[in-house]
Amino acid sequence: MLSKRVIACMDVRDGQVVKGVKFQQLQHAGDPAALARRYNVEGIDEVVVLDITATLESRQALARTIHAVAQEIFLPLTVGGGIRSEDDAATAVDAGADKVSLNTAALRTPGLITTLANRYGSQAVIVAIDAKRHGERFAVYVRSGTTAAERDAVEWAREAESRGAGEILLTSMDRDGTRAGFDCELTAAVSEAVNIPVIASGGAGGFEHFAEVFTRGAADAALAASIFHYAESSVSDLKQYLRRQGIPVRL
Amino acid sequence: MIALVDYGAGNLTSVRKALSALGAEYQTPATPEACAGMTGLIVPGVGHFDATRALDDRWRAALVDAVRAGTPLLGICVGMQWLFEGSAEAPDVPGIGLLPGRCERLHGDGARRLKVPHVGWNSLDAPPAPARTHQGSTSRLMNGLAGGSQVYFTHSFAAPVTEDCVAATTHVDTFAAAVERDLVFGVQFHPEKSSDVGLHMLGNFLAVCAGGR
Repeated sequence: MLSKRVIACMDVRDGQVVKGVKFQQLQHAGDPAALARRYNVEGIDEVVVLDITATLESRQALARTIHAVAQEIFLPLTVGGGIRSEDDAATAVDAGADKVSLNTAALRTPGLITTLANRYGSQAVIVAIDAKRHGERFAVYVRSGTTAAERDAVEWAREAESRGAGEILLTSMDRDGTRAGFDCELTAAVSEAVNIPVIASGGAGGFEHFAEVFTRGAADAALAASIFHYAESSVSDLKQYLRRQGIPVRL
Repeated sequence: MIALVDYGAGNLTSVRKALSALGAEYQTPATPEACAGMTGLIVPGVGHFDATRALDDRWRAALVDAVRAGTPLLGICVGMQWLFEGSAEAPDVPGIGLLPGRCERLHGDGARRLKVPHVGWNSLDAPPAPARTHQGSTSRLMNGLAGGSQVYFTHSFAAPVTEDCVAATTHVDTFAAAVERDLVFGVQFHPEKSSDVGLHMLGNFLAVCAGGR
């Protein structure tokens, strides 16, 4: 049976892992390669590196970071943040990324999803959606959550799938960094609307939050950052817990 | 020396890294003729079956000749599917046909929330009949791997369970996760992204390369 995936995310700025709350108040959380080494041993299923500044200088630093992280793990590695063109994606892939994650650029230039899917295969193209509750609906935000895209998250996820995306990385901006739990309603709404895997992100605080999002949220994978960075929770303890809850995981 | 066949389908970085971690020497042959005299051949691949079109008649002949001369061949993901007669993903592009059978698209199951592409970690199980290992034959590729070991998949098409199947995986359909027939080996999963289990399996292939038959 296909396991539910537990994914560790590193938000990287200037070659260092940082973490904020609701996309603000950034704090330093360590060296990406050292964290990757620990995750590899602890049994994480996948690693995501997001470049959260994406200036020209940081993008060159990012290639070095991707390379350093890739050396530490024999796991799928996704890179996102500031990938705006086929060349940016090629730089990430050449540095060792297995998948690239598109966000702002996918909304601005949806054809880029198809271009990259044709070049690398859909399995290598993730569309990241940052969503915020607006009443009963979920609105898409871009530019690191600063700008409303005037799009509905469910409808945009469907379009991304039809254009060739292989997975959706769905972040709840309301929950990001709060440790209040994943937004299960948001996740289920998107997961039930598409036929590609959905990775839930934003709000992981305790083990029960993962169990909730894998069941009520219908997530195929769940991503967290801070709870893994600071070694508050070991990945293997989390997976033992999930297995006791009857959720299929890789141990 | 292992020949890592680069036909432009995705990047070989992680396969190279895994081979290096296992202490194997490898090179990417620039021409089909350069496949002769290698100790092993690996055809990797992610993405679309159509990309195997780049492996033209010269490449096919060189690889078939090398296998006949005693060189083990391992296909990974699309590279494994290519070992068969063809795939529904690109019906006009034939496989190399070293193994009988055709690859078909996996089925999803909305009610059970089983999606296609099949992405993530799934288990390697003992294959059902007509697999030879079902009759008690052993697998060199799976040697030392515990039943139920999990590996990383990402694909929409898969090969059927035939007598050459040495590990099966179920995602709605039961398909061939690993195949083995004399010196021809294939894995649908990505050993280079499957942590210790994947490295162990690649190590088994390298041991076959080092030891001949």
